[in-house]
Amino acid sequence: MDRRILGSGRAGRRCLALTGAALALAVAGCGSEDSSAPAAGAADPITSASPGTTIPVGILHSLSSFMAISEVSVKDAELLAIDEINKAGGVLGKQIKPVVEDGASDWPTFAEKAQKLISKDKVAATFGGWTSASRKAMLPVFERNKSLLYYPVQYEGLESSPYIFYTGATTNQQIIPGLEYLKEELKVKRLFLVGSDYVFPRTANKEIKAWAKANGMEIVGEEYSPLGNTDYATTINKVKEADPDAVFQTINGDSNVAFWKQFTDAGLNAEKLPVISVSTAEDEVRGVGIKNIVGQYVAWNYYQTTKGAANEKFVKAFKARYGKDRVTDDPIEAGYVAVYLWAMAVEKAGTTDVEKVKAASKGLEFDAPEGKVTIDDSNQHIFKTARIGKLRPDGLIDEVGGSGKPIKPDPYLKTYSWAKDL
Amino acid sequence: MQVILNQLFVGLSIASILLLVALGLTFTFGQMNVINMAHGEFIMAGAYTTYLLQTALGTGLITLSFGLALPVAFLVAGTLGLILEFLVIRRLYGRPLDTLLVTWGVGLMLQQLARDLFGAQNVNVDAPTFLDGGLGVAGVTLSYPRLFIIAVVVLVVIAIASYMQRTPAGRRMRAVMQNRPLASVSGVRTTRVDRTTFFIGSGLAGLAGVGITLLGPVGPTLGLAYIIDAFLVVIVGGLGQLRGAILAALALGMANSFIEYNTTSSVAKAGVFLLIVLFLQWRPQGLVVQQRRGLAS
Repeated sequence: MDRRILGSGRAGRRCLALTGAALALAVAGCGSEDSSAPAAGAADPITSASPGTTIPVGILHSLSSFMAISEVSVKDAELLAIDEINKAGGVLGKQIKPVVEDGASDWPTFAEKAQKLISKDKVAATFGGWTSASRKAMLPVFERNKSLLYYPVQYEGLESSPYIFYTGATTNQQIIPGLEYLKEELKVKRLFLVGSDYVFPRTANKEIKAWAKANGMEIVGEEYSPLGNTDYATTINKVKEADPDAVFQTINGDSNVAFWKQFTDAGLNAEKLPVISVSTAEDEVRGVGIKNIVGQYVAWNYYQTTKGAANEKFVKAFKARYGKDRVTDDPIEAGYVAVYLWAMAVEKAGTTDVEKVKAASKGLEFDAPEGKVTIDDSNQHIFKTARIGKLRPDGLIDEVGGSGKPIKPDPYLKTYSWAKDL
Repeated sequence: MQVILNQLFVGLSIASILLLVALGLTFTFGQMNVINMAHGEFIMAGAYTTYLLQTALGTGLITLSFGLALPVAFLVAGTLGLILEFLVIRRLYGRPLDTLLVTWGVGLMLQQLARDLFGAQNVNVDAPTFLDGGLGVAGVTLSYPRLFIIAVVVLVVIAIASYMQRTPAGRRMRAVMQNRPLASVSGVRTTRVDRTTFFIGSGLAGLAGVGITLLGPVGPTLGLAYIIDAFLVVIVGGLGQLRGAILAALALGMANSFIEYNTTSSVAKAGVFLLIVLFLQWRPQGLVVQQRRGLAS
């Protein structure tokens, strides 16, 4: 998805005008951490890319500019997983060697860096991306090179590339359970949609409207704001006038902070008007300010508070490595899971050969922090448990509802009759 | 009626924020012709100063730390500006396009510095409790944080106007702005005036950063969200014109508020840009024009 696309159209315009300067500096500041990768090319990725004792993998997230705010934490989780696997002996007896690249919040840069990781560093797989825009930019590169991308963020669905593994939720594992919760538990009849103005919220809202029509819920308003928008006074005035029972919120990036602060500022709170967000997780709550969001709802597949030994171990390891004030959340966990799923598939296949890893991935199960996840046979998404959460006063999230068991991923919503026309 | 009052207040609030972020630029851009793209990062520095003070003094003293943040952020951002002026900008006077590129680079470095110092995530700045809630007037709620920003802007504008009109330093600043060579031969030390001007301009950005923590995100890229708006206000208002900047901020704020209410937020953004383009076709020099007594244009 594109939870936190920040910055703004205006910033983007400035980026365009000054791409040269920006790139030069961004690249100089955050280039590859591995400049010693071999350049030889041959058929077998293990022998060609790592004649020694290491297997290179790519880590490709925005470490600079406006998406760094979200993606740096995911990179941290992926490096943690690699470290853990290496300490336990690596894969196929070899150590995994991460090659970290900076996508710099710029979609063509993502495509270029992906190509560089594949052809120069000979990575066995790449973990990366956040925004749907960056994924869409990288998709043709990975398909053309027949190389693997693990994409760790929930998104709008309607995609299934044979060379991408999707470890975040698709629509039917997050948004639809969120809507069902509003209908069943909060008895919402009138819903207002507020989102950022780009592909994820627009696609998601189209799906929400189709669902609402089939489920007797009235959509009383729909507002979009540009990415990076910092003023929500007018939007909130319109929400107040429409007087809905709840708001479904798909605002992304820094704008999220502005929305929540100004929501409180306008005299609203969770009791007066519940809001459910699919783009505010623990990592963002710290920047939003807890008093502005306490008691509100979110829909995800994992919270730091999720029960289970695997999660206790993960949270402990994450905090031990990055500091006790850091928190884990859904995309962070999905990045961590992605690395493990790849490593398990490589072990099972006995090689890093892409087609064999893909074959070995079918039906692969992993005891993840969010509970047991299984890679779907047909679409390379994973089975995930939907969890509806409620913000508590300490900034963490309590699970208050959800599916209770893993839901089969259905990126094209084929099993839903109301989604026929989408 | 209530709708109109509501949107009037929203427009006034947007205008106050626009003016707050643009005030510093009326000095550095408007008077010195330096296109300082790092202005946004000075705003960020002000916001992080508020955060640091709040963290240092603890949650019990939020009101005090917020009050302290106003002067401290001014000094912090002003000092950053001084350093930038001394190291880079004074070598580039008269070359606005070069200052644009260099300060853009400096801005990127400051962003990355903030990311390394404070982490890539947004940080939280709590508003002081006396700003909770709002004032009810004729069925419209005027929120205290927005009223506070408006008050700060009014005070700052009064302070700047008195400084410019009533102090010797302000008179020297106006002299340099109107005719640099003549001011120089009359005994005004223009380099020192430039430095002071840049200090004040940058310091005002820091002040804006404090105000913005009330309503917006505080993170490494905060400046990106405001920098273009700030330039727009200065350009529409007329270079270096305080009065012009006030009028421009009000016009843009009201246009934004009412267009957005009747259409959508995205249309309002585009609509305001369109209005600006049309306006500049008609009046490229901006709303208020500097009367110059020099021969050079």
